[in-house]
Amino acid sequence: MSDSAAVAAALRTEGADKAALRLDGVTCTFPSPDGRGHSYTAVQGVTLSVAAGEFVSIVGPTGSGKSTILNVAAGLLAPSAGRALAFGQPVDGINPHAGYMFQADALMPWKSALENVAAGLEFRGVPRREAEERALPWLARVGLDRFGDRYPHQLSGGMRKRVALAQTLIVDPKIVLMDEPFSALDIQTRQLMENELLELWSADRKSVVFITHDLEEAISMSDRVLVLSAGPGARLIGEYRVDLERPRDVAEIRMTPRFLDLHREIWGQLREEVLKGYAQTKLT
Amino acid sequence: MALARVKRLPSRPVILLLQVAVLIGFFLLWHVLTATKILSPFFFGTPLAVLERTWSDFASGVIWYHLGITLLETALAFAIGTIAGIAFGFWFARAPLVSIVFDPYIKAVNALPRVVLAPIFALWLGLGIWSKVALGVTLVFFIVFFNVYQGVKEVSPVVLANAKMLGASNRHLFRHVYLPSALSWVFSSLHTAVGFAMVGAVVGEYLGSAAGLGYRIHQAEGVFDTVGVFSGMLVLTIFVVVIDAVVTVIEKRLLHWRPQEAQTTNAQG
Repeated sequence: MSDSAAVAAALRTEGADKAALRLDGVTCTFPSPDGRGHSYTAVQGVTLSVAAGEFVSIVGPTGSGKSTILNVAAGLLAPSAGRALAFGQPVDGINPHAGYMFQADALMPWKSALENVAAGLEFRGVPRREAEERALPWLARVGLDRFGDRYPHQLSGGMRKRVALAQTLIVDPKIVLMDEPFSALDIQTRQLMENELLELWSADRKSVVFITHDLEEAISMSDRVLVLSAGPGARLIGEYRVDLERPRDVAEIRMTPRFLDLHREIWGQLREEVLKGYAQTKLT
Repeated sequence: MALARVKRLPSRPVILLLQVAVLIGFFLLWHVLTATKILSPFFFGTPLAVLERTWSDFASGVIWYHLGITLLETALAFAIGTIAGIAFGFWFARAPLVSIVFDPYIKAVNALPRVVLAPIFALWLGLGIWSKVALGVTLVFFIVFFNVYQGVKEVSPVVLANAKMLGASNRHLFRHVYLPSALSWVFSSLHTAVGFAMVGAVVGEYLGSAAGLGYRIHQAEGVFDTVGVFSGMLVLTIFVVVIDAVVTVIEKRLLHWRPQEAQTTNAQG
């Protein structure tokens, strides 16, 4: 499964027209900040597709351009080569089908939790009163109905992530892009959030692209795990189907033999890339 | 922030008591020095005379008219300077070419001591309130301008990207992201801006006018009425303290979403 011919074949068959999200040979090259002439290629020739309702994780060593891929899918970044398609339509500017949950805090600090959740509806022309009424059940769904009038700085890190989750999902995006959304949380809060996310997701099966550097998180949540090589010029080098049953409990599933097999298999490949990435940071 | 500072200090009433003691001590010292003629009452006045004059000015009501004029000038200078500062701050922050071309001139004008403009404004706009308003505006404008410019520039790229992903149009970005960010910088410089608006008004009055607190002080000086000068200064001080308290209340209401006060960039007076 992990040899490159099989990967290429798998990626091709996955393509098709019904893909919710498709990246076609995406390469991103950035001018280097210090010198002229030198440029930095973050990702190279990345082709992937995500079916409707599929939960796909991308794992890779630090600095392998995981966020770059997501930014291209979101339409925040135009690729140097290749293209992104959402439901067959080329992404030009902001991808209207996508919701994005960022790694860093992205809530508007001058809006209360309720106003933050309601913001997406307001931007879509829903009157403020109605938007806030519709935001209330979403706050309840992430367990924050009593905290609607708090401002982001008055909430804990985990609470802010819940608000961000509700904020992203309220506008009902067909594709949800998540960039290490829980990496700043402690392990207990993190597993709670992972379970909550799975529960919310199973309600109406959106397509999810989930970026993480944590392999256990990737396996326990996804239908498919993609492995990215060490940068610069990161490529997709592995694809693994996760055939674990749903619904899952992210803490319990880590004890099952199938999980451990998958983990061993993927880690075997990821480990090399992590070591390569580490060697590069030592050189520079 | 306040909590950390209060730690290990005496309680609030005690501090208030000490603060009042300093005030009383100052007046006592002044009184003793002038009563014993160590300081000449002609040059330094006496605290009792100053308080009495201030009281009679308020009681007879003459001072209210002048206070009103100064307040009007301050308010107009603040309003006009703030609106212009916000407009230009936005424009410069969103148009990099404009900001680069005008940068040296903005710095040059800001470096100019604004007091020298007062006679020019008096010449252009007469001795009424508008020459004072104009002087205040030149002071307020730069404070607000630099803060808005900074506020727009400092908007977090992640917050901006998030708003865009949520479907915000350019108009939405302005109303929900840029404006709140810029206004938070403006409000955090509110004290400075209001203070400068008043400096403009009083200095303008002082240099040539027919009404206002600055005019009162100038008149008293002209006839060597030191008690009148000190009384004018006392009224001015009370005026400033009251306005500052009002600003603090407004600031608290408008910036309740903020964890702590951010530093502001200050324009030069």
